[in-house]
Amino acid sequence: MIELEIDGQKVTVPEGTTLMEAAATLGISTPTLCWAPNLDPATACRVCVVEVEGSRVLVPACGRKAEAGMVVRTNSDRVRTSRKMVLELLGSSVDLSAAEQVKPWMASLGADPSRMGPAAPPSAAGERDAARAGHHHATDGATAATVCQPIKVDNELYVRDYGKCILCYKCVDACGEQAQASFAIAVAGRGFDARISTELDKPLTDSACVYCGNCIGVCPTGALQPVTEHELRQEGAWEPERQTQTDTICPYCGVGCTLTLHVQDDRIVKVTSPHDASVTGGHLCIKGRFGTRFVAPRGS
Amino acid sequence: MDLRHLDTEPSREEREAVDAVIGEGETLATVPLREARRLRAHLLPALHALQDRVGRITEGGLGYVCRRLHVPPAEAWGVVTFYALFNVDEERPTTVAHVCDDVACRLAGAERICGELAGTLGPEGKAVKGRGWMRSPCLGLCDQAPAALLVVPGAPPTEVLWGGVDAPSVAEAVRSGTAPERGGVQPLQPREALHLLRRVGQVDPTDIDAWRRSGGGAGLRRALELGPAEVIALVGRSGLVGRGGAAFPTARKWEAVARQPARPHHLVCNADESEPGTFKDRVLMEQDPYTVVEGVAIAAFAVGSELARIYVRDEYPLARQRLQHAIDTLRQRGWLGDDVLGRGVKLDVELVRGAGAYICGEETALLNSMEGLRGEPRQKPPFPSDSGLFGQPTAINNVETLANVPLILTEGPEAWAARGVPGSAGTRLFCLAGHVRRPGVVEVGMGTTLREVIALGGGTPSGRPVRAVLLGGAAGGFVTADQLDVPLTFEDTRRIGATMGSGVVLVLDDSADIADLLRRITAFFRDESCGQCVPCRVGTVRMEEWVARRSSGGSADPALLDDLGAVLRDASICGLGQTAASAVQSAVRLGLLGGGR
Ligand SMILES: Cc1cc2nc3c(=O)[nH]c(=O)nc-3n(C[C@H](O)[C@H](O)[C@H](O)COP(=O)(O)O)c2cc1C
Ligand code: SF4
Ligand code: SF4
Ligand code: SF4
Ligand code: FES
Repeated sequence: MIELEIDGQKVTVPEGTTLMEAAATLGISTPTLCWAPNLDPATACRVCVVEVEGSRVLVPACGRKAEAGMVVRTNSDRVRTSRKMVLELLGSSVDLSAAEQVKPWMASLGADPSRMGPAAPPSAAGERDAARAGHHHATDGATAATVCQPIKVDNELYVRDYGKCILCYKCVDACGEQAQASFAIAVAGRGFDARISTELDKPLTDSACVYCGNCIGVCPTGALQPVTEHELRQEGAWEPERQTQTDTICPYCGVGCTLTLHVQDDRIVKVTSPHDASVTGGHLCIKGRFGTRFVAPRGS
Repeated sequence: MDLRHLDTEPSREEREAVDAVIGEGETLATVPLREARRLRAHLLPALHALQDRVGRITEGGLGYVCRRLHVPPAEAWGVVTFYALFNVDEERPTTVAHVCDDVACRLAGAERICGELAGTLGPEGKAVKGRGWMRSPCLGLCDQAPAALLVVPGAPPTEVLWGGVDAPSVAEAVRSGTAPERGGVQPLQPREALHLLRRVGQVDPTDIDAWRRSGGGAGLRRALELGPAEVIALVGRSGLVGRGGAAFPTARKWEAVARQPARPHHLVCNADESEPGTFKDRVLMEQDPYTVVEGVAIAAFAVGSELARIYVRDEYPLARQRLQHAIDTLRQRGWLGDDVLGRGVKLDVELVRGAGAYICGEETALLNSMEGLRGEPRQKPPFPSDSGLFGQPTAINNVETLANVPLILTEGPEAWAARGVPGSAGTRLFCLAGHVRRPGVVEVGMGTTLREVIALGGGTPSGRPVRAVLLGGAAGGFVTADQLDVPLTFEDTRRIGATMGSGVVLVLDDSADIADLLRRITAFFRDESCGQCVPCRVGTVRMEEWVARRSSGGSADPALLDDLGAVLRDASICGLGQTAASAVQSAVRLGLLGGGR
């Protein structure tokens, strides 16, 4: 066991516990975007940073392991400034409208993305995918650059709205080594032009994608959405507060994955799996994720 | 791993080029994960083979490399598009002059050259019959600014880094596919003043016998006599600290690797030198490559590594050539190999090529790059001494750091240290450029004042007064004329809020357009950010926008600059983001942008 101090309180945790988990035992919650319970920490978004005495810089609470004698502050001026700035930088460059969890953090930290300036016009389709590493057009500073761009719709099951992408790496990890092992997508490009991409930016239908939807399951911002959800949102008819969630077992094969059916108006509008389900770890295959039409009323 | 691959075929020459570096062979359907990781390290060399041969990574070439090396195509695409010198773009020239428009070359008229080239060769980055030109960040030839790098694909390809260019000579190089070889260099200082630079201009860098006659090899011989522990102890007594920017005690780093039970251990020499304004490592590698390799070999011996690697930025073709020649001839003479000098020690050195990414100088990004991944830094801990290259204990050192090691062993640590001052031992190389009559690398004892270093350059060419110095590079900061008496030690520079960084001393007279330099510096960080973490990926963009507003007389909120500086420094994963605001913040603090704070 390891003893450390967080916000003035002593806490004892097992070896290997992260600072975020240690803080949680004291009832201190930590904002996270790139962390997921069923993936290794990418420690990329930095919204979870905390101050550790003796450390020159802040450390990511989601990935940093507790060490004996650490003195941690989760609410100092430095921590609040960095968290607020991370949210302002994201808020000013990415469409966070479908990232509901961010709103209360923004409010409590007083984040104001608009002080970065008016948003620059969105990029044309394919423009960000063609960016050359190490080269960009000079700016006059009059507008704030964003990643906004047209939605990619290239298959019947899900859409990729990379104007909402915060580059958290979760979809890449879920598609690759940590879950699906399809390796259909990766981060391409560099710096602000970095983006999630298939090889040569090919449509998903020409890629290694098997439509398991595990990338959708981990995406924290709604950048990846099942077509059903996307269409309902476009119509203004996506109403989570009216949806019920029912756990059941997938009927297709003998593995027995837990499915959570999101139902709105007697229609299954989305299928997820709990990240703590022992069989799935939150991950499914194409049948469980998308193969629900046979339950729908004929003709719908 | 069972992968879905591209079904496109390479051309005959693409296949030959790839086979020449990874061997001919059949594509296996699946390989175990461990084997896949080993194969992955061949990805950059294979991509270089394609780029060298045809000037582009085509879909056919990429597909072939992925099948041969078992790399998922999407991941390989992520790697290719990470590096500025890999070309995937039909419109981009294949015979190309990369024209430096970075800090030192700007002061020498790079923008004018770019303007003229747009007229003669066409718009930047657009091929006309396959030929053209592109802008480049610092090419590390600031002493001969303005500089350009000519690349012509072929077997073998042509790669020439040359200086003193103007628009007509660049245009001619692009048309003819040839550029002038650079002549030798003469140090700015008298021989007695030089230790690390003592062979520069004196000893033929391609002649192993000349190097031996000048005392070369004595350090490695002594190291083999002493044994690893004693070598580390001696280096510890010298007080040598890293010259790559972070000033970490070298012996401590070696000790941390040497004591690890896990095997193998790795030693990596960081020759990625891409900090704008830095060219000292290039001069060492080009002019005294044997000593660099000797230092690398001693370090490898000390930490218990049998195969050391030198990661050289791709923009340094001559340095790579000279190092390779030195390694080959040292191996022939038994100074490297399976039984070094008959003492039963196995020690070899291998070169690894970068591909155009400043971030790969960051030590953990460099490791990822050597493993065939995107050059994204790793979150520390774990530190490379615990888990470095391929997850093994690894020491990473700068070229200048390691080049000092043979000297320390032959002269003794005390004599070596005494050229500096307590706390800042030995001599140090500075890259003197910008508004000086005689730019070049100088070697001075630590504790020498900045004014004395600048004086070695013989004053400003215009005779105008010095207004400021960019000290430590783009990741460093400005020092004003009234601060020039600062002694160049770690402590004294820190006291005035500056840093020696990688040894950049870019002199600016009172005609220099500092706002223009800051625009270039902020553009540099935006271009070179790996993009992994939010503070740096977006923060560098906002910095560039802030400076653009401020320098065009628009409204730029000082509180926003403070906050950007804070999040970059405090919350970025690596040193790139952590220092990205420092030059701008120092310029504002010192009133160099006009209008006060
Ligand atoms: C963005 C960035 C770029 C760097 N580039 C270099 C470089 O080109 N060469 C180098 O030796 N160190 C570079 N460093 C420092 C290395 O991370 C590392 O500290 C150094 O290689 C260690 O060697 P030393 O202890 O001998 O200085 C860079 C660091 C950062 C953050
Ligand atoms: S649906 Fe599955 S296979 Fe396709 S990109 Fe997403 S995670 Fe990868
Ligand atoms: S698409 Fe979603 S999961 Fe993937 S990187 Fe972007 S925000 Fe993260
Ligand atoms: S600070 Fe910049 S360069 Fe470093 S990891 Fe973050 S994004 Fe990459
Ligand atoms: S949640 Fe910790 S870095 Fe993103």
